[in-house]
Amino acid sequence: MTVTVGWYMALAAALFSIGAAGVLLRRNALIMFMSIELMLNSVNLTFVAAGRELGLIDGQVAALFVIVVAAAEVTIGLAIIVAVFRRRATANVDQLSGMRG
Amino acid sequence: MAETIVFIIFAAVALAGAFAMLSARNTVFSAMGLLTAMFAIAVLYVLLDAHFIAAVQVIIYAGAVMTLFLFVIMLIGVDRSVAEQEQIPFQRVITIVLAVGFFAVIVFAGRAAWITGSSLFADAEMNGTIEAVADELFGTWMIPFLTTVFLLTIAAVGTIALAHFGPGGLHAAGEDEEEEIVA
Repeated sequence: MTVTVGWYMALAAALFSIGAAGVLLRRNALIMFMSIELMLNSVNLTFVAAGRELGLIDGQVAALFVIVVAAAEVTIGLAIIVAVFRRRATANVDQLSGMRG
Repeated sequence: MAETIVFIIFAAVALAGAFAMLSARNTVFSAMGLLTAMFAIAVLYVLLDAHFIAAVQVIIYAGAVMTLFLFVIMLIGVDRSVAEQEQIPFQRVITIVLAVGFFAVIVFAGRAAWITGSSLFADAEMNGTIEAVADELFGTWMIPFLTTVFLLTIAAVGTIALAHFGPGGLHAAGEDEEEEIVA
């Protein structure tokens, strides 16, 4: 019994589903953000696994770009969460309805 | 055989960490669950011969990103637990059904290629060292790489701007419009 690329894809699909459930289920902005990070990680796993199967290095380069974009996204996202918290003193997304029409 | 055992162990660790992140009441426990999942994914990268990506995963995700997350959690306050009330009826049930259905659809869509697997995976030689990645990154992907430089610069400037233009900042822009504070 050897590990095929399908095992990695199935694991990445499971991790992505858990991340999506976290975004839909939790109301804490930080935990929602962490779920998005988990989804990005699972996509990275599919990139690297597919690149490994095809014998191409491009999968790893794509994963590297995703990591860079995720790092930029984390700095901005957490800065926004802190800025919102300073104004509203809450991290609950249900209470952040200030732009509701 | 050894590869199979390592994969099963660390796939289980990754899933357990992800579940811990999803279900933990305390935000710090959520962060620790995500950290566990990220370390397990780094080990899986090593199994896939992507050694440089594994190192980057540990340094950037497990190191920098999770430190930033924990810093913000401490800044906002760990004891402020957010009330998990359902805004939509049956939100929890609907979410679980959607997530499980999504997973089932992905596995079903890829079953032909995944379950049988391909012999390429066992045969192909892969060199995931920093030299091989750099050859590709600074050759074919040079322009996208330079674009990420601008992206990171913009992100850094934006973070500083967000920190400065707050209510107590030097330039309290737009403070009078948002007087209402929802506690």
